[in-house]
Amino acid sequence: MKKPISQTGSVLQDKLESSNRRGFLKSTGALSGALVIGFHLPASNAQPAAAPQVANAFVKIDAKGQITIICHRSEMGQGVYTSMPMLVAEELEVPLSAVKVEMAPSAPVYINAMLGGQITGGSTSVRDAWTKLREAGASARTLLVNAAAETWKVPAAECSASNGSVVHKSGKKLAYGALVAKASTLKAPEKVTLKDAKDWKIIGKPQARLDTAAKVYGKAQYGIDVKKPGMLIASLAQAPVIGGKAVKVNDVKARAVKGVVNVVQIGDGVAVLAKDFYTAKKGRDALEIEWDNGAGVNLNSLEIESELRTASVNPGAIMRKDGTGIANLDKAAKKVEAEYELPFLAHATLEPVNCTAEFINGECHITGPIQFQQGAQYGVAAGISMPPEKVFIHTTFLGGGYGRKLELDFQIQAAQIAKAAGKPVKLIWSREDDMTHDFYRPVSLHQMVAGLDDKGAVTTFYSKMTSPSVTARAFPPVVQNGKDPFMAEGSENLTYKIPNVIIENVIHDTGVRVGYWRSVSNALNAFAVESFVDEIATASKKDPVALRMEMLKGDTRSLTVLKLATEKAGWGKAAAGRALGVAQMECYGTHSAIVAEVSMTKAGPKVHKITAVVDCGTVVHPDQAHAQIESGILLGFSSGMKNVITFKDGRVEQSNFDNYPMLRMSETPIVDITFVQSTASPGGLGEVGVPLVMPAIANAVATLTGKRVRKLPLMAQFA
Amino acid sequence: MLKLTVNGKVASFDGDPDTPILWVLRDHLDVTSPKFGCGMALCGACTVHLDGVPIRSCSTPASAAVGKKITTIEGLPAKVGKALQDAWIAEEVPQCGYCQTGQMMSAAALITKNPNPTEADIVGAMDGNVCRCGTYHRIQKAVVRAGKAVSRAKA
Repeated sequence: MKKPISQTGSVLQDKLESSNRRGFLKSTGALSGALVIGFHLPASNAQPAAAPQVANAFVKIDAKGQITIICHRSEMGQGVYTSMPMLVAEELEVPLSAVKVEMAPSAPVYINAMLGGQITGGSTSVRDAWTKLREAGASARTLLVNAAAETWKVPAAECSASNGSVVHKSGKKLAYGALVAKASTLKAPEKVTLKDAKDWKIIGKPQARLDTAAKVYGKAQYGIDVKKPGMLIASLAQAPVIGGKAVKVNDVKARAVKGVVNVVQIGDGVAVLAKDFYTAKKGRDALEIEWDNGAGVNLNSLEIESELRTASVNPGAIMRKDGTGIANLDKAAKKVEAEYELPFLAHATLEPVNCTAEFINGECHITGPIQFQQGAQYGVAAGISMPPEKVFIHTTFLGGGYGRKLELDFQIQAAQIAKAAGKPVKLIWSREDDMTHDFYRPVSLHQMVAGLDDKGAVTTFYSKMTSPSVTARAFPPVVQNGKDPFMAEGSENLTYKIPNVIIENVIHDTGVRVGYWRSVSNALNAFAVESFVDEIATASKKDPVALRMEMLKGDTRSLTVLKLATEKAGWGKAAAGRALGVAQMECYGTHSAIVAEVSMTKAGPKVHKITAVVDCGTVVHPDQAHAQIESGILLGFSSGMKNVITFKDGRVEQSNFDNYPMLRMSETPIVDITFVQSTASPGGLGEVGVPLVMPAIANAVATLTGKRVRKLPLMAQFA
Repeated sequence: MLKLTVNGKVASFDGDPDTPILWVLRDHLDVTSPKFGCGMALCGACTVHLDGVPIRSCSTPASAAVGKKITTIEGLPAKVGKALQDAWIAEEVPQCGYCQTGQMMSAAALITKNPNPTEADIVGAMDGNVCRCGTYHRIQKAVVRAGKAVSRAKA
């Protein structure tokens, strides 16, 4: 029995435990427990008291009238650098173009109440901020209105805010800047009134992204662009097998490389430092290291697969049970059974993992592409034995995140290397480092059984997923009685009305280090569930859309997106040589349906068009909502068609984009996206596009060829 | 000591002549707009021009640039650079944005030669540039838009 190595990667766990000790997170339900948050500036974020300003945790206005909005979520492409300020600016009554944006430090006030930590993930940014940020804007606006009313000695009710000024009904007007001195002496209102949706000027209206210009002029600062005075670049040799340790190091040849400044050893490996990455990497390649690769050296993909299958016979945690479960399955007129398998995946953000650490006056400053600021603060503090109060987190733009940059390994490594070297250090991982030392999306096995009555109606639905639990590694207290709530995403929230349902999860630690990956388990379970629904349709000789409609009776939101998507895609009217496949689900509070149009070529299926219809409630930023759905669809497509991570003797066999290929322009299908008009509260968007694209494609392929793909990556089934 | 011309300015580099142009630009000359993605000329994030021709700077040694002109997004001829940047802004192309300067350098070479590219021309010129956010459709629109702006400026 090999010892799982996944625990060696549990920096998140250590971090959270230390956070818990500090009382920042609840010790149980860290990810689900809502925290009550007050608006106050933490001491570490307080500005020098020199100039008066109106400020709360999300907005600052100085006497010159400059408005700064604090963005407390990480900008990794999904648009929070614009959507968060939109929520504040709407209530503050200022045009979005007038605001400056600053990234938030790590502070309790910025905790994501939907996740229990200062985390960007789970498609929660807008949902968590929806009321909180509008109230922050309204609070500052109310202060300014009250300041004007006092100045003019008129009732506040006679004053209103508009376009960066307060106006009295008499026509008198004062710009916000002129009111700051007065407003800064007033107490923030305890209650504020939010605007009616009909009065919105910013929310739901076209707005230019606030980071676009910087990004196209080459001026946006990503983690990898950070530079500090006297900084060295580090390249870190880590064990070929994750979890391994260097036992013997000979750095003579590395130090002999011209330009190599230093070589330092930390727990995770040996770092070579130089003034540029090329020299650091050249020095690193000259290191002679004897590794103890640890228990992980026994990991092999074939064995992992067979062990997963063995584990799947174990009883799992029942995540949902409706009716009699599977008790009456034997009485079904017809039984349908199928198994689906998904592989490990790497995140492969285009910006490889990197981080900069600098020590100034006894403080450690960490600057980089960070998705979990609070984790970074506490993780680094523990990693270099410093009090967390002395660790400061500065978040840059992220060149992609997808969950990889939630992990704390690289921030701790940068801090440890900088500490050992006594210089500011920017640690840069090579693409190969990034591919072979990821926290991989879990492998999964899905065993599905359905019972049908004599009319072909589905009476029983059973889904058993066997897979490693990311949460058991990252946030162990959240997993109670074998239940990882995130593992049941995409199955537990089954929208179909079926009288008897069982959703069962078996947690099986394969020994591979696993991490959250854009849309988490939704993509795993949706592939199984939505492929299986089509298999049920085939078995009961029903049209896949008709069967879904039948099982969604009364669910207006689900029916609307399904109906619209199939109409737009021309369901039933596929061109000769082509077929359509459908999939639908609810995730992150958003309903969506996708139709894929495919044909066959000698090389395998070709996807021509993806039609998506989405109901996410209120759309805050229409253009970027569209961009997020398209992005999710294409990431799900890119990964699901071709990508797989495999292990041989503990080593990841993929290393770069030649053997872990990325979607390219020539392979990109047409994507047609429609949003349903709605006034419901916003649903999530960042991950919604990912899960449905592969089942829709697999369903189209089955219709076209009769070949049912039950294992991803899809193209591997046609090799 | 190598003399390199970057965006019209001469800079000297006294490191290993095998150092890829990317790291000379980023780590020695503080030009960080070309990005590191793969190190193997597989993703195009590091694309710059060498005498107007797009190259993968992660895999081209500094020694190969001696006597030639290196151009990054900051140094594109004003007309082409502005047309591209305006088009990228108008189409709201970037999401994470990490690949976009590389995308724009590939596009710059294309529209300089061929301001009215067909879809096939665009795919042919851009297929070496990976966008992990999947902004390809917007990139295509932006290339067409930028090409039109360049054509108008010429007319």
